[in-house]
Amino acid sequence: MLTKRLLACFDMRDGMVTKAHQFQDNFDIGAAAEIACKIYEDQIDEIIFYDITASAKKKPIDLDTVRTVAERVFVPFTVGGGIRNLDDMYQVLKAGAEKISVDSMAVRNPAIIEEGAKAFGSQCIVLSMQVKRVEKTERIRSGYEIAIDGARTYTGMDALEWAKRGEDLGAGELCVNSIDCDGTHNGYDLAITGLIADAVSIPVIASGGAGNPSHIADAFTQTGASAAIISSMLYSPKLPRNYPVAEIKELLSEKGIPVRPYLK
Amino acid sequence: MIGVIDYRAGNAPSVYNALKKIGGEVLMVNTAQDLEKIRGVILPGVGSAGATMDSLTEMGILSPLEEKVRGGSMPFLGICIGMQILFEHSAEGDIPCLGWLKGKVTRFDKRRVRVPQMGWNEVRFCREHPLVENMGQSGHFYYVNSYHVNPADENDILAVTDYDGDFCCMVQRDNIMAAQFHIEKSGPLGLKLLANYLRLVEGGQPSC
Repeated sequence: MLTKRLLACFDMRDGMVTKAHQFQDNFDIGAAAEIACKIYEDQIDEIIFYDITASAKKKPIDLDTVRTVAERVFVPFTVGGGIRNLDDMYQVLKAGAEKISVDSMAVRNPAIIEEGAKAFGSQCIVLSMQVKRVEKTERIRSGYEIAIDGARTYTGMDALEWAKRGEDLGAGELCVNSIDCDGTHNGYDLAITGLIADAVSIPVIASGGAGNPSHIADAFTQTGASAAIISSMLYSPKLPRNYPVAEIKELLSEKGIPVRPYLK
Repeated sequence: MIGVIDYRAGNAPSVYNALKKIGGEVLMVNTAQDLEKIRGVILPGVGSAGATMDSLTEMGILSPLEEKVRGGSMPFLGICIGMQILFEHSAEGDIPCLGWLKGKVTRFDKRRVRVPQMGWNEVRFCREHPLVENMGQSGHFYYVNSYHVNPADENDILAVTDYDGDFCCMVQRDNIMAAQFHIEKSGPLGLKLLANYLRLVEGGQPSC
């Protein structure tokens, strides 16, 4: 049986892993490559890096860090932030990443999803979506709107419609990141995660808000999510306690959720 | 020396990194001449069967590779698309493939399961072989695939995985070996399997 995946997600700034609360107030955690290695040895299922320097300051992607991580980490590795065109995608893949995450840029130029999928395969293209709960209107029927540029710009696009379009364009996975829940540690937005997972056939990743293993279990039992992103609960000193991957997996297993067994 | 065939749509760097990690001597294979320098060859793959066949054709590497593997006895290890193109036909793009093994490549039914299959799934080994020695009865490996092989000869099947029923996830026939899952991205178990391949190429038996 295909198991549910745990993805460790890191925001990277100048080669350092940094942590924000609802897209603001960043503080540094440690060197990106070292943190990636540690969490790999802790048997995380996948790793995602968002290069926030590249995306916010329009700088080139930090390929040196991508390369270092790829040399030391032998689980799938996704890189996002600052990808502007097919050549950027190629550079990231050549540096050793498996997947590319596109977000704001894909909203501005949806054709990049199609071009990326055609050039490198759908499995490489993760469409990451920043979703915000809003009032249901004729235009935004799901009650969730897509935001871009680190949640600073609202697009007027319906999140559910964008998700379906992303699948049609050739995205291999959808990451649903809740702006409302991000950094709150109160759990994922199950409503929109579930809506999207039911509407598409490709895997959906729940993101934003996990503070303890029960939140992850909720995402897997109450929605069709295939994977869940965790970050703060793994390493943030601002939480009352952190959880090692082994403990999270044990708790999920106890609840009957299939996970990749932790190797002792 | 192990060669990793390096083509634009492939993920040769990941396989290269994994081989380096377990102490392998690795050469990125870009030309037919490179095949002369190696004792074992790995064909990694992501993307589509058609794009992979086109890339290999453009590189002018197909017939020298066939000569080494089928004519000679160079241990070949295909990964993901590198497994699928070994068969006669792929439903992805409805194209003929290498036909080194008998059988066809078909798509998972997206009305029944999410496609692609993406994530860690259990691989159950069907029989003994040096490639899967000391791996136990089963283990979890990382998959990303929308298509899977259907060998015509059941004797070619080395392992199976359940995704909408059992499908063949590893094959072995003589010196031709392949896996549908990403050996290079399957954590410690993947590295262990790759180390078995290294030993097999070096001619020794895998040890405990």
